Amino acid sequence: MKLIRELQALLGRDSVLHQPADLMMYEYDGSVEQARPDAVVFPRTREDVVAIVRLANRESLPIVPRGAGTGLSGGALARRGGICIGFSRMNRILEVDAVNQRAVVQPGVVNLDLSRAAEPHGLYFAPDPSSQKACTIGGNVAENAGGPHTLAYGVTTNHVLGLELVLPDGEVVRVGSRTVDTPGYDLTGLLVGSEGTLAIVTEITVRLLRLPEAVKTLLAIYDRVDDATQSVVEITGRAITPAACEMLDGWTLRAVEAYAHAGYPLDSAAVLLIELEGLREAVEAQAVDIREVCTQCGAREVRVARDARERELLWKGRKNAFGAVGRLSPSYYVQDGVIPRTKLPQTLRHIDEVCARYGLQVGNIFHAGDGNLHPLIAFDIRDRAQFERVVQAANEIMAFCIAAGGTITGEHGVGMEKNELMPLLFSEADLAMMRRVHDVFNPRGLLNPEKVFPTTKSCGEIRVLPVAGSGAAPAAPRPR
Amino acid sequence: MTTAATSAMARLQGIAGASHVIADPAALAAYEVDGVRPRAAVRPGSADEAAEVVGMAAAEKLAVIACGARTHLGIGGIPSRYEIALDLSRLNRVIAYDPGDLTLGVEAGVTLATLNDTLQQHGQFLPLFVPFMMRATIGGTLAAGVDSPLRQHYGTARDFLLGVESIDGAGTRVKSGSRVVKCVAGFDLHKLHLGALGTLGVITAANFRTFPAFPESRGLLASFRSAEEALDMRRRIAESPLTPLTLEVLSPEMGELFGRDFPESLGERCGPAARWFPAGHWTLAAALGGHAAVMERQERELTRIAELSGATGVARLGPEERPAVWARLREALPLVQAYFPGAAIYRISVLPGEFLRLIGALAQIGERAGRPTAMALRGVGVLYFSLLARETGANSVESQARASAAVFQAAAAVGGNAVVSWCPTELKQKINVWGAPRGDFDLMQRLKNVFDPGGILAPGRFVGGL
Repeated sequence: MKLIRELQALLGRDSVLHQPADLMMYEYDGSVEQARPDAVVFPRTREDVVAIVRLANRESLPIVPRGAGTGLSGGALARRGGICIGFSRMNRILEVDAVNQRAVVQPGVVNLDLSRAAEPHGLYFAPDPSSQKACTIGGNVAENAGGPHTLAYGVTTNHVLGLELVLPDGEVVRVGSRTVDTPGYDLTGLLVGSEGTLAIVTEITVRLLRLPEAVKTLLAIYDRVDDATQSVVEITGRAITPAACEMLDGWTLRAVEAYAHAGYPLDSAAVLLIELEGLREAVEAQAVDIREVCTQCGAREVRVARDARERELLWKGRKNAFGAVGRLSPSYYVQDGVIPRTKLPQTLRHIDEVCARYGLQVGNIFHAGDGNLHPLIAFDIRDRAQFERVVQAANEIMAFCIAAGGTITGEHGVGMEKNELMPLLFSEADLAMMRRVHDVFNPRGLLNPEKVFPTTKSCGEIRVLPVAGSGAAPAAPRPR
Repeated sequence: MTTAATSAMARLQGIAGASHVIADPAALAAYEVDGVRPRAAVRPGSADEAAEVVGMAAAEKLAVIACGARTHLGIGGIPSRYEIALDLSRLNRVIAYDPGDLTLGVEAGVTLATLNDTLQQHGQFLPLFVPFMMRATIGGTLAAGVDSPLRQHYGTARDFLLGVESIDGAGTRVKSGSRVVKCVAGFDLHKLHLGALGTLGVITAANFRTFPAFPESRGLLASFRSAEEALDMRRRIAESPLTPLTLEVLSPEMGELFGRDFPESLGERCGPAARWFPAGHWTLAAALGGHAAVMERQERELTRIAELSGATGVARLGPEERPAVWARLREALPLVQAYFPGAAIYRISVLPGEFLRLIGALAQIGERAGRPTAMALRGVGVLYFSLLARETGANSVESQARASAAVFQAAAAVGGNAVVSWCPTELKQKINVWGAPRGDFDLMQRLKNVFDPGGILAPGRFVGGL
């Protein structure tokens, strides 16, 4: 209690949560993995953060930074307890520099809010995770978040130029700058995507892009999943570069349609949601190319969204798909593997076959243009035997992705969900080097402990943890 | 030769084979870095052999500088020690190329020219349109951290590098990243190697995403009486929906240099270009690609914008004329070096809104030094400033050194970051080419110790003497 009193004295009583009922909100992120912090604090300034970090150090308590808690790999959970630093009150956009297309923000700024603030200047922040209405830029930086439009514009790291950091010992350091290059090692590039294990970010300088002159959204509709995936192979192979190319299979789009009423065709086996952006002439020319490819590959119809409203509905359906699936199934487990795009058709077939073999319902809704899969396996967390089968199926799918030359996570992060998988991708030497780099920043391991790195010696033991459907299962027991 | 040196030489021969170890002093001259000559050069045939060399060097405390075509070794400080040149030119395989996935894995010694030939067969390319492109290797290009006129549209290697395999200072092979276009597993250690001059590891292989080459391209040059007008055009383009692939602004002196004969040493034939650069004028150069309708509109609108900004002339480059101009844009720095061996070339990152103030300050520095200057600006916010000098003697060095402090100050005054990209060794003895270390230097030093605990990888070459 002494520590709580000290935190209260430091930040004010309304900035410290420590009652079990209050802490329950913070024992989840996007997963049903539970880990309860001992306290949650809400700093308003960098100095607050420094003071919190110093206190935690004195008490040798873990520190876990947290944005909106929308992460999908347990990155913001206090796995070893300790102090969770919530950034909801450090949510100011400090500057939008329209002339130089830069913005400086605090970590708690909501992703979409930045684009809204930049819009009057004809600018926007490109990374657009599906959770962009809620997720914070600090969280985006930690996870190196992606989104549908990263196909054309790159992920978070491509848009971050500089960071202000509070190191785990309380020291404040600035890395990068507002200019495109900064002399020395690219510490900004190292920090983005380090999942809150190296430093706490207290200020972010980002690049803003000019809003495209024209946007066109196409919906290619298929009677066979194979034709949809083959279309993606062809689009990529012919070097047509849409701004986004998303796939929804029949099961998923029916779940989405029941919720969003966006006009997704209920009787189809799959659709591709393709967005084209740029100069009017470029968009028109690409639309012709895309239509041709999709038709050749067997699309029964290629629709064009007639107006902004239709487009927004389609995207609303796509971006809220996980929530929509939550209406159908008590729980679901979502993966984030990436494969070479040439291997999409066989990989989707494999996912189908594996899930059929285990008697599981799977839906696929993913960033097809990037080869970034999100198979969603539906299950009921109360059915332990079924959950065991989910784990085994997930194992097989991940092994297939890796064997295909891919990776275990394209945008959701490793966190505490996939850390035991890391040896499947990286050698002991690779991981030892990453560990040494970790220790340069976080030698005591107090900052976000037991994330990213495997905690056991056993190589490749997959410990998957289900992601709750929205409004789904009540606080479920931790699956083992 | 000492016994230790003899045994080191024998070890090198044992690793790579006697025919791939060079000990002849005359032959070693080609491996000099800022006048420092190594005791041996070794050309390993595989990454494992290269790792063995580094491991041996670590054990013997011998300093190693990795190299490829040795085109960018002029970047960086004078090495504090340099015993072994690790020549990776035999590591020249394309490891994996999946045209359908637009991804590529290559060994470090592959030259950009060879690589682009391979990619071209599939209508693709890698937007590393960097200086010395006809000779430079992938590994050297990444380690040198050089950028290119295509940066406007494609960014730098940082934006399309997917993963790297490297050798740390203990001789251990490590990797990070992946071979697919999206991966957030593990730390992005590969980004640390970019521009690090091999001080954190020897890059042995790299994975990239490739890009579709535009079947057609066009180009446009606009001439202006003042920097102000040329920069006004840059601003108007930035505020428009137009998407040029290249957007560069050249000072009259750079234009004059572009008008000269293209040096044969750069390994390509290049026609004349003088007529495109009228004397005393600033030039804005824009390259375009894409569908014909897209390029036509961009040409039309760029022409209109140029007129609004006060251009004295706008030239649309024909298909035969473009290569001569584009090659000069790409090779602007080597051009300066070829004609002005005593020049100091600064790379200054600056917010585009500060270009004009910076140009004013730099012009004054040139006047005070009594020397001509030449500037080439990348629209995204990089200004290459050359303080020109033909001679490299003591007088020249003294005045260059005085001017150097002023250049760093001028950059800092507008919130920019300056480094000396290239200058004569004599000048490096007087100045710090990286400028003063920043607040994050302590972290960099600790990282260096992690990657290279023995301090044998290119010591003294990087920021703060790392």
